[in-house]
Amino acid sequence: MRAPVTLRQTQLGWGDTHVLSNINLTISPGERIVFLGRSGAGKSTLLQSFIGCFTPNTISVVAQDHGLVGPLSAFHNTWMGQLDRHGTCHNLRVLLWPLRRERERAENYLNSVGLTGISKKKVQDLSGGQKQRVALARALMRGGDVVLADEPVSALDPSQGRNLLAALQTRFHTCILALHDVSQA
Amino acid sequence: MMQAMASGIMSPDFSVLPGLLYATALTLAFAFAGVSLGALIGLFLAPFYRLAIIRALCVSLRAVHELFWALVLLNLTGLSPLTGVLSIGLPYAGIFAKVFAEYLEETDPSPIRALPQGLSPVTQLIWMRLPQCVPQIRSYLLYRLECGIRSSAVLGFIGLPTLGFQLESSFKQAHYDQAVVVLALFFALILPMRYWMRWRLVPLFWIASVVILAQITVPPMGGGAVWRFIHDIVPAPMRTDAQWSSWLSKIFIEQAAPGVWSTIIMSQVALAVATVFAALAFPMIVPRVAGRIGALLGHGVLVMIRSTPEYMLAFILLQWLGPSMLPAILALAVHNGAIVAHLLGRHAHDIRLRHDAPRGLTLWGWELMPRLAGNFWALCLYRWEIILRESAIMGMLGLGTLGFYIQKNVQELRLDRVVMLLIVSILLTWVVDTLSRGLRQKMRIGDGLKIEGGRGKR
Repeated sequence: MRAPVTLRQTQLGWGDTHVLSNINLTISPGERIVFLGRSGAGKSTLLQSFIGCFTPNTISVVAQDHGLVGPLSAFHNTWMGQLDRHGTCHNLRVLLWPLRRERERAENYLNSVGLTGISKKKVQDLSGGQKQRVALARALMRGGDVVLADEPVSALDPSQGRNLLAALQTRFHTCILALHDVSQA
Repeated sequence: MMQAMASGIMSPDFSVLPGLLYATALTLAFAFAGVSLGALIGLFLAPFYRLAIIRALCVSLRAVHELFWALVLLNLTGLSPLTGVLSIGLPYAGIFAKVFAEYLEETDPSPIRALPQGLSPVTQLIWMRLPQCVPQIRSYLLYRLECGIRSSAVLGFIGLPTLGFQLESSFKQAHYDQAVVVLALFFALILPMRYWMRWRLVPLFWIASVVILAQITVPPMGGGAVWRFIHDIVPAPMRTDAQWSSWLSKIFIEQAAPGVWSTIIMSQVALAVATVFAALAFPMIVPRVAGRIGALLGHGVLVMIRSTPEYMLAFILLQWLGPSMLPAILALAVHNGAIVAHLLGRHAHDIRLRHDAPRGLTLWGWELMPRLAGNFWALCLYRWEIILRESAIMGMLGLGTLGFYIQKNVQELRLDRVVMLLIVSILLTWVVDTLSRGLRQKMRIGDGLKIEGGRGKR
């Protein structure tokens, strides 16, 4: 991300329902922006509208519903952040036959979010908080200039949440987060 | 005759058992190879199912019954194992493609949204969409394998060396004591399928199937079979000096018209009887109606009936009741009725009843039937198309439905007429399918009723 991204006089909504109107917002490289608000205030909608403003291969997204593939392992879900860096054949090979060093690379990120020893477990068998951390590990592994995260630590306890938010800030130059907890902001 | 059958059933001749093991192994091998081939083709076609041409291909593949496929393929590949494998694999590919495409469509799109665009479609498919459907695909494969074993056994009736062949020949020679053993063997194979079918053993089953099928001795076909086949399916007036008018009137007025009429009569009566049978039979597997032991018993009876292929059931009843439409209608009605009853029973199981709900037939009349009426009619309408396809097949037992004329033309090596009659049967299936879908929409029933997938889950 080099140039600032701007939304001007924008109307946001789903279909005919307007969620937010008259938005004027500019985000410059290196900024850390947090949207605060009660649930239903329109944070997710605003965040969604930003995703389209950036070049796909420079951003990471942590979606509110995690966007994980349940029947695949935690390793696979973490590695998913890397898929667009390789060709289709390579991706097929990793899916079926991950090498040791590939496993270790993904496990490093899983360890950094506090998930050790579960990389072979299916994501559908993990708890809600563990799923959220897998989604964070995937974003960390993916890297890039900008992270757009929607309630990325909502299912975690406060101290863990703080640590992971800090990890996001060290990994990404620009952070755009939606939170509902003022102290975390 | 009935006495002979009864005494045969009472004193089974187990000395034929070792000789039947080979036919049993072949039945399994054909089913396994056919279903695998169908699943593989279906999996490759499923992502393209949105394309009209692929959809049309799949519709026509599955509109032709396995037995009709086998009749046609006999002229191309003879009695070789390929005939059996393709007869199961081709129609199943059409079914698999449709069902897998539905599974793919229903996958959760959020993983794809959470990652940036620009991933190749193949990567998206194999990393995000396919893994999500693996559980459904697995249970559906299991269900289809069960169907495959039934199809494979029935293929024996037209000469492939499976259990159906053994059954037919023991009946024809009035060896009822042996026929009972064949039937027992078939049930011993299919009833505990969910116990012996282990996913880890699949590679082993594959190897075994290939080895067994490769050892079948094939009678020589003679050279140029492919070319002869292509030549024969061209309408006769185009390659000989036959008249178009007499060719057309022979096929459509003398054969297709009475064949279609009989097929419709048979399927409608069978559907009506199946509906009544299902309505009466499904409470028999609900413990609150039939009692715990009664439900267990009812379950056993329904499993036996729906595990026996309609064609086999009709063949047996025909030996007993003599040649008429009655045996075929009975076979179609109880087999399909048992399937509907089984599915309804499962739905009834899911209904949460209040503590003071009635029991017995009062529960059936006051609670179960009214609540399940929508599902009941939807399921019966779904079976309509299947009953019609099977009614056409029943002609091969000597009854006047489309199968009779198709088989007759195959025997006379008039493949051009076979192709025309097959097209007629595809059109008939299509009409009934459209009618059934229209009726279901008008009655607003069956939304969210997953027949294929649900049946697979059991």
